[in-house]
Amino acid sequence: MPATLFIFLAVVSIITSLGVVVQRNPIHCLLALILTLIAIGALFLALDAVVVGFLQIIVYVGAIMVLFLFVIWLLNLQVEAVPTGSLAVKFFATIAAAGVAAELFVFFSKTTGALGGVTVAAGYGSIDSLAQTLFGQYLMAFETTSILLLVAVIGAVAIARRTIPERERDAPTRGTPT
Amino acid sequence: MAIDLLIGAVKAVVILLLVLNLSAVLLWFERKGSALIQDRVGANRANIFGIGQRIGLPNFGLMNTLMADPLKLFTKEDFVPEGADHFLHSLGPFLALFPVLVAFAVVPFGDSFQIGDRTVQLQAATFNAGALYILATIGVGVYGVAIGGWASNNRWALLGAVRATAQMISYEIAMGLAIISIVITFGTLDLQSIVHQQGGVWFGWLPRWGICLQPLAFVILLTAGMAESKRVPFDLPEGESELIAGYFTEYSGGKQAAFMLTDFAEVVLAAVLVTLFFFGGWQVPWLYSDGFHLGAHQLLLPRALVVIAGVLAFWIKVVAFCWLQILIRWTMPRFRYDQLMTLGWKGLVPLGLLNVLVTALVVVMATGASG
Amino acid sequence: MMTVSYSWVMALSAAIFAIGVAGVLLRRNILIMFMSIELMLNAVNLAFVAMARRMGSMDGQVIVFFVMTVAAAEAAVGLAIIISIFRNRETVNADELNLMRW
Repeated sequence: MPATLFIFLAVVSIITSLGVVVQRNPIHCLLALILTLIAIGALFLALDAVVVGFLQIIVYVGAIMVLFLFVIWLLNLQVEAVPTGSLAVKFFATIAAAGVAAELFVFFSKTTGALGGVTVAAGYGSIDSLAQTLFGQYLMAFETTSILLLVAVIGAVAIARRTIPERERDAPTRGTPT
Repeated sequence: MAIDLLIGAVKAVVILLLVLNLSAVLLWFERKGSALIQDRVGANRANIFGIGQRIGLPNFGLMNTLMADPLKLFTKEDFVPEGADHFLHSLGPFLALFPVLVAFAVVPFGDSFQIGDRTVQLQAATFNAGALYILATIGVGVYGVAIGGWASNNRWALLGAVRATAQMISYEIAMGLAIISIVITFGTLDLQSIVHQQGGVWFGWLPRWGICLQPLAFVILLTAGMAESKRVPFDLPEGESELIAGYFTEYSGGKQAAFMLTDFAEVVLAAVLVTLFFFGGWQVPWLYSDGFHLGAHQLLLPRALVVIAGVLAFWIKVVAFCWLQILIRWTMPRFRYDQLMTLGWKGLVPLGLLNVLVTALVVVMATGASG
Repeated sequence: MMTVSYSWVMALSAAIFAIGVAGVLLRRNILIMFMSIELMLNAVNLAFVAMARRMGSMDGQVIVFFVMTVAAAEAAVGLAIIISIFRNRETVNADELNLMRW
């Protein structure tokens, strides 16, 4: 991909991910995260991973972020008024994050190869080759993932539903005066 | 290189203008069409210096809908409600309109033709995963409604936004399943290729349109498309008798115009998808790249005429399906919300899954594919 | 201009991952911490896709597919837990969820 495109997408994704971490309003954080995900999806597309890039947008942006949005509405989260947390924790947290970043940078700078230098096969990243690999070599993992999703759905419903005593406490239906 | 960019830019602008103009004309269709259906006259007042009236023509309400209304909408005061988030309130309409308009970039509205030594595809972005792109843009279209309703600082707008978001993500699944069946049937994600494969005939006379292969997917896609654009009978999020205007209650002027444009652009998108997948796109029955052939008869035509006929056929079919959606809107009463969700989750999704299963089985048995 | 090399993409992935780590450690709102975790997952996805392209194999993309699926499942369950906590404690501030602290 051309260097200008990569630099543009990189700058967008870094600025928006900083926006996620820094902003006070949860909905603004959510919008920043959506932009980050779309920028990363665009990077996937530029790296010839067509299906995975679109799946990122369909699944992550279109479904998971909507889930986050519903939870923000349900909990009625407001703008955070005063920054909370002790200063010492924040100091050491910043050092830890910087340490992680430095270590990863040193590690990844040893990666070799230019993007144009590697030529990939003709159908690379298309839905055909993804399907061949997924249903061929990784079939067991695929079936296990479907069971995982079923378990997650059942678990989420079981955790988040109101039990009958809770419903009664929140909205008593008997004994209302006539 | 520069010529390619220029051609791409021209195509993008052309299709954008076509869609926007069609949306505006649909607004007029809706007003006059609903008046016809409801046995009343509709808009017939505004005119310019009484021109049509002097020649004796009846007033068709065109000036009303296409000039007076947009002028009024764009010159109204643009306010942000008290206590609302300014940035998000202004962002909502844009977030709603952008994905729907961008979805038209991969729509092929004609065959490819030659100019000099260059092949020009009548598709703004020639891209081999067009169906996935359409699904992605429909998925992102949820946020405009959600942010617009939430940023209005109005509990009824928020209620409309919550209903709309839940409805849209539910019917997206049904739409995705219908598109998956189509992709399995035609074996490709590329929209232009899907349309190409709908040329030709069976039994010597029946056009190979997708409707003959996937009738159930047609019903599912049309229903899900109408539910996505939140039109009656699925318009409880915008319940005019309950929520005033639902998620766009607090919008006036240009921003409301953007929301209404989204509504009609989604109508056009649903019609375009149905046309592309089930009714042959720009294929005219029995018209091949050099003329008409039916059995033993043939009528040879120059290539330019064939391409123009294809483009005209595409837009005629799209307008026909837009009219179908307008007709359904003014004929059916509104669904209750639990009926709506039941139809989506317990009706369309199992049907869609069954359709995918049967389609996959038939395709594997018919082609004898292995591995 | 210069051509893009894989170390640039990996550096971007490292940067987004570090920003996610900072978000988890610095913010006290559980939902924002959760969003930072999603940032970290996406940074890892980007690294996988870049390396898959460098090696010319589809295995990296399949892994990304699975990571996305597991992230969806995790988001569903995690948000359900957050809702359940909120019902009991009326707060989403991680500092106030300290029943097990001695």
